[in-house]
Amino acid sequence: MKRFLQNRITVIAGPYGSGKTNIAVNLALSLAEAGKQCCLVDLDTVNPYFRSADNEKQLREAGVRPILPEFANTNVDIPTLPKEYASVFVTEEYAVIDVGGDADGATALGVHRAEYERCTYAMYYVYNYYRPYVSDPRAAWALLQEMEKASGLRFCGVINNSNLGVETTKEDVLASYAACGEFCKLCGLPLVAVTAFPANAPEGAVPIRDVTKKLF
Amino acid sequence: MGEKLLMKGNEALAEAAIRAGCKLFFGYPITPQTELAEYMAKQLPKRDGLCLQAESEVSAINMIYGAAASGARCITSTSSPGVSLMSEGISYIIGSDLPCVLVNVQRGGPGLGGIQPAQSDYNQAVRGLGHGDQHVIVLAPASVQEMASLTGEAFDLADLYRMPCMILADGALGQMMEPVDFEARTPRQLPPKDWATNGHRGARRHTVVNSLYIEPEVLERTVVDRFARYAQIEENEVQYEQFLTEDADVVVVSYGITARIAKTAVRMAREKGMKVGLFRPITLWPFPNKELKELARTAKAFLSVEMNMGQMLGDVKLAIDCARPVTHYGRTGGMIPTPEEILAQIEHISMEGKGE
Repeated sequence: MKRFLQNRITVIAGPYGSGKTNIAVNLALSLAEAGKQCCLVDLDTVNPYFRSADNEKQLREAGVRPILPEFANTNVDIPTLPKEYASVFVTEEYAVIDVGGDADGATALGVHRAEYERCTYAMYYVYNYYRPYVSDPRAAWALLQEMEKASGLRFCGVINNSNLGVETTKEDVLASYAACGEFCKLCGLPLVAVTAFPANAPEGAVPIRDVTKKLF
Repeated sequence: MGEKLLMKGNEALAEAAIRAGCKLFFGYPITPQTELAEYMAKQLPKRDGLCLQAESEVSAINMIYGAAASGARCITSTSSPGVSLMSEGISYIIGSDLPCVLVNVQRGGPGLGGIQPAQSDYNQAVRGLGHGDQHVIVLAPASVQEMASLTGEAFDLADLYRMPCMILADGALGQMMEPVDFEARTPRQLPPKDWATNGHRGARRHTVVNSLYIEPEVLERTVVDRFARYAQIEENEVQYEQFLTEDADVVVVSYGITARIAKTAVRMAREKGMKVGLFRPITLWPFPNKELKELARTAKAFLSVEMNMGQMLGDVKLAIDCARPVTHYGRTGGMIPTPEEILAQIEHISMEGKGE
């Protein structure tokens, strides 16, 4: 947590389906619980479903200011940047940026590259060993580079959020350590946290809440 | 890669198709199935295949017609409005006895409708996917795992019976993420495709693919023969899942994502001491008529739950010859029922059954 207080702006990026939204919402809620003024930006321009806008009520109740695209959750399938987005570069509050998946999602960051650099930011790559094609350390590294190119920003650390959804076991999380370690070595970035649901979190992992929609 | 993967339903279906030996995808993007086409676009060129974005669904289905005629495994996917556009081509493919896999990741309708999940294309899929006397096999997955395993099954069934097989999914299944294991299914033994128009090289008679029959006697014979094949499918290929139906007074009948929600409602009802079970058709055509009729001997009432205004409802009534009361509960337009809503319906029916 201390780490996330060092930079006012935290950018959560990574491949599609790695669990970025879950991490971003958890982080924003934790910042609010620590008594910090905080906003969360839903910057997903890739997919209209399963986005942090789904957690609007929960975020508001916790005192987080959600910054959502105008058409999020209206079923109008139009990817737009939220109109209040630019406010994160002028206010003093903490900001968590929930980026869309892959390099396509990271492209949305590039528009404000200069602003991010002026305000200083920390961008983290969310790694999930159980996602096809990006579990391989080399593939993950290639994607990380693509995302840096698309956004013009640099990653400063990796969050290992390896999971199989609600069916994840502690062993599943542990099984991801070797590959994630190799990935960190390849890209020369520190592993800043392993995240897991409390029921299956190995020792040393940061327990996070499951904030995804439940249908059944 | 781990043994199990975390995937979206749309991705899992695409990966399963490639693993089933399908190297050809033709389609046109539409929410909420776009990840499927996107996955194909990324993967097929690297895996000795071809993904082609057509200018419309009409042209995509006719590309499928051509590819299927050559004997190659091929797939197209779309969502509700796209299926309507494909309807003519699907009928031509049926009339030419060609195998292919069609995917409908349903959204709300009619018209452009919305982008949220629905099951309101049930009747279209099981009754009128194309014009003419016809059927296609319709499979209804209820999990990301089944999005994968039923895709392998769909290709096998299509090849075995020389006809299109549709995966009738919905926006929720397409978009949600669950673990999937691609080894979970054993492929079937299949006959050689000696009907394919893939070049005879002077070694055999040429083959013809056609759906036009000018002489009515010949067309009638062709259709009647095809229906004999349909009868075999109805006899041999019905798939379903039963959950706590053995002693059930109330049987909830539900398919796809709605069956998952209904299962939770059934568990909640059991906790309250009510004798309730779930019957989940996996094949929507052929429909599990015999099995439901059997259940009607012991069950007192049926509750059909779908994300539409009541479409499978008619099939449940037909299956049991209206021997027991059948009621419908559903949400439509992209609304998803909650387990609590379904439980309330179960409670209502149970009370009526007791004459309270």
